[in-house]
Amino acid sequence: MASLARRRTTDYVVKAISTGFAALSLVLLAWILWTLLSRGLPALGPHVFTKITAPPGAGGGLLNAIVGSLIQIGVALIVGTPIGLMCGTFLAENGRGTQVANVVRFVNDVLLSAPSILIGLFVYQLLVVPFGGFSGWAGSAALAILVIPVVVRTTEDMLNLVPIGLREAAFALGAPQWKVVTFITWRAARAGIVTGILLALARAAGETAPLLFTSLGNNGWSLNMSAPMASLPIAIYQYAASPFEDWVALAWAGALIITVGVLTLNVLSRLALAKMK
Amino acid sequence: MNFAPDTSIDIASAVNRATAPSAEPKLKVEKLNFYYGDNHALKNINFTIPEKRVTAMIGPSGCGKSTLLRVFNRMYQLYPGQRAEGKIHFDGGDLLSKNLDSTVIRSRIGMVFQKPTPFPMSIYDNIAFGVKLHESLSKSQMDERVEWCLRKAAIWEETKDRLHTSALGMSGGQQQRLCIARTIAVRPEVILLDEPTSALDPISTSKIEDLIDELKQEFTIVIVTHNMQQAARCADITSFFYLGELIEVGPSNEIFTNPREARTRDYITGRFG
Repeated sequence: MASLARRRTTDYVVKAISTGFAALSLVLLAWILWTLLSRGLPALGPHVFTKITAPPGAGGGLLNAIVGSLIQIGVALIVGTPIGLMCGTFLAENGRGTQVANVVRFVNDVLLSAPSILIGLFVYQLLVVPFGGFSGWAGSAALAILVIPVVVRTTEDMLNLVPIGLREAAFALGAPQWKVVTFITWRAARAGIVTGILLALARAAGETAPLLFTSLGNNGWSLNMSAPMASLPIAIYQYAASPFEDWVALAWAGALIITVGVLTLNVLSRLALAKMK
Repeated sequence: MNFAPDTSIDIASAVNRATAPSAEPKLKVEKLNFYYGDNHALKNINFTIPEKRVTAMIGPSGCGKSTLLRVFNRMYQLYPGQRAEGKIHFDGGDLLSKNLDSTVIRSRIGMVFQKPTPFPMSIYDNIAFGVKLHESLSKSQMDERVEWCLRKAAIWEETKDRLHTSALGMSGGQQQRLCIARTIAVRPEVILLDEPTSALDPISTSKIEDLIDELKQEFTIVIVTHNMQQAARCADITSFFYLGELIEVGPSNEIFTNPREARTRDYITGRFG
């Protein structure tokens, strides 16, 4: 039958196209990873983790940037995760279907797609100008604002996947709403919620723009959150654009550290969650 | 297979049940109207549920039987836009009164749903969750309670060696009996069953039906079912709902052998529905 042959051809063509594009995206990813590994691995060495920024040729490392990033991301997560979690919970549980929830969800989506440099400028106006200087606190605040909408979105989506029947079953035992949420729905959705938090962490770890106007970067060793603070993305930005070979190599090493760090955390948390089940 | 309903036995046992001494009313529905927004889903229902008996509610889909069940434990209040008018007498008070706390009512009137809904935690914790909401028990008391309700739900033998493994790993029939155990554990007075066997195979179904027969020694049972043999087998009282109205209610043997209403007869003989 002619029509059957045509259907088969259509089927074949559609499959070929979708497979092709899937392969293309994988190739791009593999290419990025390959570039990163081939340039970053040779640049890695103990000095990267033990020395701080130094003039070109003096054998500096990324220690101050790594520690600065860890601190700023840590504070951003500590501040942003609870806010995002509670807000996402409000959208999915308490506020479901209300006008307030619709407005909050819309604003959150706007925030989610806001250019990160805008968030940097916002925090600059809010925390840098009034307090008279760049600071680690300001950098953390900017990153927290990046973290919140991601966590809100994924938390709401994951909670919406929990069947209504599970909530009703808990209510039917006489549970008040807060217990239904904390013991049943959060629990049922925890893998997805944790994934969302990691997604937010990955986003915060790689952002440069919000830090440029807030924590600025610091070539010296500083753990003072009230002073300018170094971070990996800014170090990469600074080093990659320099004409010095050893600085460019450090930029590649920094990029590799961020990527491997985020990847490892993802894999570990997945393993941990799989074990909990 | 020997799962075909044996109607002769059903009727005989139904007659036995009907001749049992009459029971006190447990729930007394008076002029109840229920609305989903503008949709008038239950119309002027007057209905008495006797204590420690099994009362079945049958009728075609959309007739309001599940709606009524969800009024009994105020489940409908979770959804804005649903409202009930009228009275349901329960233990000297009005079940629909705002003065009564929903969580207290739900601890006294438990519910088991159509689809098994085990919580994503261990078998033990599934039961402990509900108990902890209302009582603070010591570890040993809790152990006792868990065993007690699992025995009551005829699932102790299957679960005693795996109490601390995830409830999600059980079969559908086991999950449903766990849900019944979980409901019993809170020690309610009334247990509402919303088509508890419609997602189960015949063997699990017959286990749950046996269980219902056991449970009525201690609990008042209200069951919504689409399976008329099930109503005939399990229920002392059967009520027939149609288009939001209670058409007929009486001892199961009368409803199934000699219904007063033509619509009841048409439904149970399969002429519509």
